[in-house]
Amino acid sequence: MRLTVQHKTHYTYDAPVPYGLQQIRLRPKSRPGQQVEDWQIEVKGGQVEVSFEDEHANSVDLVSFHPGETRIEITCRGTVDVEDRAGVVGPQGGFVPLWLFERSTALTHPGPQIKAMVAAMSEGGAPVEQLHALSAHILQVVPYSTDQAASDLTAEDALSAGHAVCQDHAHVFITAARLMGYPARYVSGYLKMDDRVEQDASHAWAEAHVPDLGWVGFDVSNGYSPDARYVRVATGLDYRGAAPISGLRYGQAGEQMSVSLQVQQQ
Amino acid sequence: MLGKTAGGLFWMFRYLERAENTARMIDAGLRISLTRSSAAESEWTSILQSTGLHGSYTAMHGAPDGPKIIDFLLRDPNNPGSIMAGIEAARENARVVRTALTREVWEAVNECYMVLKRVLAEPVADRDLPRVLQVVRQRSAFVRGASHGTMVRNDMYNFARIGTFFERADNTARILDQKYYILLPSVRLVGSPSDNVQWETILRATSTTRAYQTLHGGDIDPRVIAHFLILDGRLPRSLAFCYGKIGENLGYIAKEYGASKPCDALAEAICSKFRAHDMNAIFDYGLHEFIGDFLRDSTALGRQIEIDYRFSE
Amino acid sequence: MVNKPLYFDEMFGHGTDARLPYEAYCKWFNGEDNARLLEKSEEAEALFRLIGVTFNVYGDPDATERLIPFDLVPRIIAAREWAKVAKGIEQRVRALNAFLHDIYHRQEIVRAGRLPAEMLARNEAFLPQMIGVTPPGDIYTHIVGTDLVRTGDDAFFVLEDNARTPSGVSYMLENRETMLHMFPELFSKIKVQSVSQYPNSLRKSLSACAPPACDGKPTLAVLTPGIHNSAYYEHAFLADQMGAELVEGHDLRVVDGRVAMRTTRGYKPIDVLYRRVDDDYLDPLTFNPDSMLGVPGIMDVYRAGGITIANAPGTGIADDKAIYSYMPDIVEFYTGEKAILQNVPTHRCSEPDALKYVLDNLAELVVKEVHGSGGYGMLVGPAASKKEIAAFRAKLEANPGNYIAQPTLALSTVPILTDAGLAPRHVDLRPFVLVSPDKIDITPGGLTRVALTAGSLVVNSSQGGGTKDTWVLEE
Repeated sequence: MRLTVQHKTHYTYDAPVPYGLQQIRLRPKSRPGQQVEDWQIEVKGGQVEVSFEDEHANSVDLVSFHPGETRIEITCRGTVDVEDRAGVVGPQGGFVPLWLFERSTALTHPGPQIKAMVAAMSEGGAPVEQLHALSAHILQVVPYSTDQAASDLTAEDALSAGHAVCQDHAHVFITAARLMGYPARYVSGYLKMDDRVEQDASHAWAEAHVPDLGWVGFDVSNGYSPDARYVRVATGLDYRGAAPISGLRYGQAGEQMSVSLQVQQQ
Repeated sequence: MLGKTAGGLFWMFRYLERAENTARMIDAGLRISLTRSSAAESEWTSILQSTGLHGSYTAMHGAPDGPKIIDFLLRDPNNPGSIMAGIEAARENARVVRTALTREVWEAVNECYMVLKRVLAEPVADRDLPRVLQVVRQRSAFVRGASHGTMVRNDMYNFARIGTFFERADNTARILDQKYYILLPSVRLVGSPSDNVQWETILRATSTTRAYQTLHGGDIDPRVIAHFLILDGRLPRSLAFCYGKIGENLGYIAKEYGASKPCDALAEAICSKFRAHDMNAIFDYGLHEFIGDFLRDSTALGRQIEIDYRFSE
Repeated sequence: MVNKPLYFDEMFGHGTDARLPYEAYCKWFNGEDNARLLEKSEEAEALFRLIGVTFNVYGDPDATERLIPFDLVPRIIAAREWAKVAKGIEQRVRALNAFLHDIYHRQEIVRAGRLPAEMLARNEAFLPQMIGVTPPGDIYTHIVGTDLVRTGDDAFFVLEDNARTPSGVSYMLENRETMLHMFPELFSKIKVQSVSQYPNSLRKSLSACAPPACDGKPTLAVLTPGIHNSAYYEHAFLADQMGAELVEGHDLRVVDGRVAMRTTRGYKPIDVLYRRVDDDYLDPLTFNPDSMLGVPGIMDVYRAGGITIANAPGTGIADDKAIYSYMPDIVEFYTGEKAILQNVPTHRCSEPDALKYVLDNLAELVVKEVHGSGGYGMLVGPAASKKEIAAFRAKLEANPGNYIAQPTLALSTVPILTDAGLAPRHVDLRPFVLVSPDKIDITPGGLTRVALTAGSLVVNSSQGGGTKDTWVLEE
């Protein structure tokens, strides 16, 4: 499936920002099952200082604000061919040892509720079945809802909240999968929803490493594994490691963000 | 050179100069309280006002009281404007700019701090006060001497000098601002003895009694004092002298960097006022107004130097 | 029968006659008046205070700047003794660098089964952000301090490898300056190898690791957490001696793809940053977001080849005390040779058998926190009270993986000057090593730390230790 993406993130500040930086992970890469035909990033109100690959082989750009700027706009446009591989991404490449994906992070630190949830899961079955069962179970316990979405919830907090957005689902899944002995990671990317062109936000899901298959994706919020409608952009141990944009600025200016995102089949 | 280093040198020398000036003011206050006790209270008040510490003193200690004021100005740990605090701040800045200082300058500052820390550890008894004030002036002079003798004449030295003269001019101007009314031409007609006391305080507070005598003989004339402290290019504490030096040092930096900055124009504007005016013109314009303008312009200059040479972000 | 001293004394061995390296010194010393030397000692202290060779003590607001006591009896090492030690250090440092490269790339040592993966996996000092990063010149530890102890004529042990930001080199240099100032006549009698070239070697060594983005003569800077840091004096000293700027995080920004410092003339790019700020505080954008000491974005510029950071982030894994216990294997794995310098035998409390042994023998052992430094959080069994041992036992049992234990070594002594003349005190040695792509440069000697209390084995300056000048004699 050929997908075109236009993703605009717009920040406005209520006072000039003397100095600011944004680390952006917004460049999808070609890999088996995903061919990036074309991808452009345009920055207004700032400039790309350096670009590099991080430890997860994500393409990262460091953007600085033009001094005294009050608006920054980051626009990505591109075309990606994706094939449906039933969520299977394949073996771990590069230098990162698999044990790294068993490390818990601040956002994925297992608390009593997640531990209890994992303990209650029935054992047995093939790994992929186990993980699908986990995914279904999470969606049942914490249904998807964008009401009162708080950012930067830990996995444990998301369970307490009783409802979740895709980011929280991914965190709960990652935390639980690691407890079950599977290396797991967070994926940020795009999803073409069938019924619309305008998307509310970019998407997130999880991947777990399964013997023989390698990495397999699980989109808890939608209840299935990623297919040809999913563009994989960045991975990390949690949201913070794969965040599309994370930044830092000097001064007291307040920030407002708006996102517009269109994903279409060409 | 780092912008922070330029700022550190500027402030290190400002703080040293300030501590030295405060010592002079205490000296003047002490003299008055020993010789003319009736005038002491109002003189102490005016000294507190010229140091800008009147408000904080009153809040902490109430009515002016010689011994309390002396301790407050010398060493009160709650007074960031005390001599001890000034020396500490000078040394802290010296540590920040340690790599820009010669070993001699650093050691002079450090020793100044160590000596004062010791002599100001306890309240200073009356009989020791003149000696302690002498130590402050002397230690500060050692630093100046070490800088003069060992620092390379480049931008670092220039920023240090600008800090010294900036603070010194500020100090002279604040004393004048407090006392302008007794220097007005009309005052001469009054000629009461209390005015003489105040003239004497002005000279003592700026440590210029001897210089005045050398240049103008024994007769104290308020008009001459005003001219002496504002326009006399021979007196190293006069506004004209200090601004001449500030202009010169900014000029050296501009030359070294091959670029003139907005602060150069501001400094030149201040200097040109001293060149263009004689005392008559200043009195016609209004002495108080003239000093007020000067304080405002010099504040603006200070801010501009800080921006032009990137003292901070 | 004469009781043989329990410890090897470097001046007198186990006897009463001066050992060969000390002969000339002792001859001089015997002609000196103790009172005059004690006066000299006070002179030296006043000099240190004036120069400001001080360190700040954490959690002690009244004594924020303290002197490290200086003892004016030098520690003397023969050229022959030093040559062997230096060879051992060089081998070890080479292995450390190879190890660091390996664990941030293919981890061959883990694949080969010579190091358990858990040693890295559970280790906070392992920085995932460094995976796949090859620093300019492939040098990770530009500056290393290898702590050594001696137990006999020919017995040196490595106590720990300081591969993050070893400090103390300024004391080594100031100690020598002070000795030259106070006893010029000694140096004309006894030929001592110079240490004063260190700052110049440091500058050259760092310059040799300039990043790809550098064109022309590399610009160096020293990054300090600021004047309140315990080692600020050293940071200023080294910057001054190298002719480099001493910068703090707020002096730096990312400008045009480089890390640049704010000068009076605008932003100027830095090629090599000798940082004395810990990994976690280095970059709030990548590590601890609350850090005010670091430089946002520096890790990004680093990974893009725009700057060299010395030492590289993530080198702390190599001086971790749990990794230390594997050093003999690490040296052998990467150099193909047996380690020349021995490790102190180390019990890893994470292993049940070792833990049992340690718990059974607490009174005889030194127990250290795996990630601790500066002598904090350790138990010196023979010197501890029953109560202290019991308290430590509880801590150890609660978290055994956090500790290693070593036998109490019979550390050598070197005499210090006291009111009653010479008296032996235990010492250790931190030689300073510079690593660049073309060579490993070891300054002859290093910093001798001395426990000033009779019988004490704790030499850390934060715990009342002092220092001595260290002489390596010319051949």
